[in-house]
Amino acid sequence: MQESEIIEIINDFLVEEFEVEEEVIQPENNLHESLGLDSLDYVDLIVVIEDKFGFKVQKEDFVDIATFNDFYKYIAGKVAEKQA
Amino acid sequence: MKRVVITGIGIYSCIGKNLDEVKDSLYTGRSGIGIDSLRGEMGFRSSLTGILEKPILKGKLGRRERIGLAEEGEYAYMATVEATEMAKMDKDFFEENNVGILYGNDSSALAVVEATDTIRAKKDTTLLGSGSIFQSMNSTVTMNLSTIFSLKGVNFTISGACASGSHSIGMGYLLIRSGLQEQVICGGAQEVNAYAMGSFDGIRAFSIRQDEPTKASRPFDKDRDGLVPSGGAATVILESYESAVKRGAPILAEVIGYGFSSNGGHISRPDVKGPVRSLAMALDQAKISPKEIDYINAHATSTPVGDGFEAKALDQVFGEFKPLVSSTKSMTGHECWMAGASEIVYSILMMQNDFVAPNINFENPDADTAKLNIAKETQHTNIDAFISNSFGFGGTNSSLVIRKFKK
Repeated sequence: MQESEIIEIINDFLVEEFEVEEEVIQPENNLHESLGLDSLDYVDLIVVIEDKFGFKVQKEDFVDIATFNDFYKYIAGKVAEKQA
Repeated sequence: MKRVVITGIGIYSCIGKNLDEVKDSLYTGRSGIGIDSLRGEMGFRSSLTGILEKPILKGKLGRRERIGLAEEGEYAYMATVEATEMAKMDKDFFEENNVGILYGNDSSALAVVEATDTIRAKKDTTLLGSGSIFQSMNSTVTMNLSTIFSLKGVNFTISGACASGSHSIGMGYLLIRSGLQEQVICGGAQEVNAYAMGSFDGIRAFSIRQDEPTKASRPFDKDRDGLVPSGGAATVILESYESAVKRGAPILAEVIGYGFSSNGGHISRPDVKGPVRSLAMALDQAKISPKEIDYINAHATSTPVGDGFEAKALDQVFGEFKPLVSSTKSMTGHECWMAGASEIVYSILMMQNDFVAPNINFENPDADTAKLNIAKETQHTNIDAFISNSFGFGGTNSSLVIRKFKK
């Protein structure tokens, strides 16, 4: 799976399922502040990532993710690990 | 004791998704029953069911508000929006007043089944997502609506089987009457999905007249062969008379009596004495004589035993006066947890529009039902007071007396 494809899938579910405004989704924007997620929302983010990419994120992993770009890189890394 | 009036009603059912549609269906005797063909494949004895569309809530509610709502909660939201608008209650009013909610609900099977499937397949509870718990609990309707509408008064669910909706109105009436609450959102909600109905089908409670779906629910008719499951939601807003006048809210009717009883017998087989006690208590509370009742909205679900026993009870209480009787379940099917509330909404629509809805499919009486004055066709008549019966498994009975409001 190409990184561009991963970014498209992530952006789609953020807009469709988490109702994030498209213009808010910018690579350098802060993910947590932009999404305004509470602890319940993180559970749903774990569910959708498992559904779309087939692996389970640990909630603690979110601590090291600051921007949307960090998030894309994190998912792409995990997908690559899974494919290796 | 305070007088208790109704200032808002709302409905989402298989005979209409709002009050106007439902009024027309009641007047014309339109059935909302059809076939869910998947049920046959699932091993159901009967595929008959009330047919209703799921409401589209995206755009009406945010994600967090939507994902906790189970199917029956979505219906309840729609009915409650309609009722609160009628009652002139808005966000500011809910913020500034201790409005309560007592809603009838007695299952959330689909949410529980889906969660169980996920646990078994994934072996990881996180993957249930955050909405599952709020959809799965029996109190799903009240916990979600109280959050969505910012309610600050009494807040719990009434589970009394197929009398849940009726008891919710009865309990709301008692709280307002005693001065503990000024406004309570009451109602009943019922999921329609197959999982909610499988065990009911398993005890052979359902009609198998599948070649004629709209004729399958035939309360009081000699050839009735079982009930037809259905659902949706109905909301009835109760308020003290003083509060309604102060706010300039519309007064649709007055709740004047609530009777209840338990048969103390078989878990599913009804009897006559229990309903008679419930009816007598309601009339006594209302300080009204049986001859002043113009219309009876019967519980009658189209089961051979239940309808016969209710007919006996009604004949015992109302005897020579013979008020008009109909079971709106002939059109809606049995709306179970919702029925006690929806049937108050249906009867108020009749009261407001001077007609009694027909008991469709009542073609021939049996020995018991022949003693009643059952409306085969739509009757144009004034209703000053009506009584509505609801009975449920475990022998729970509820009767409500509603009257046109008079100062």
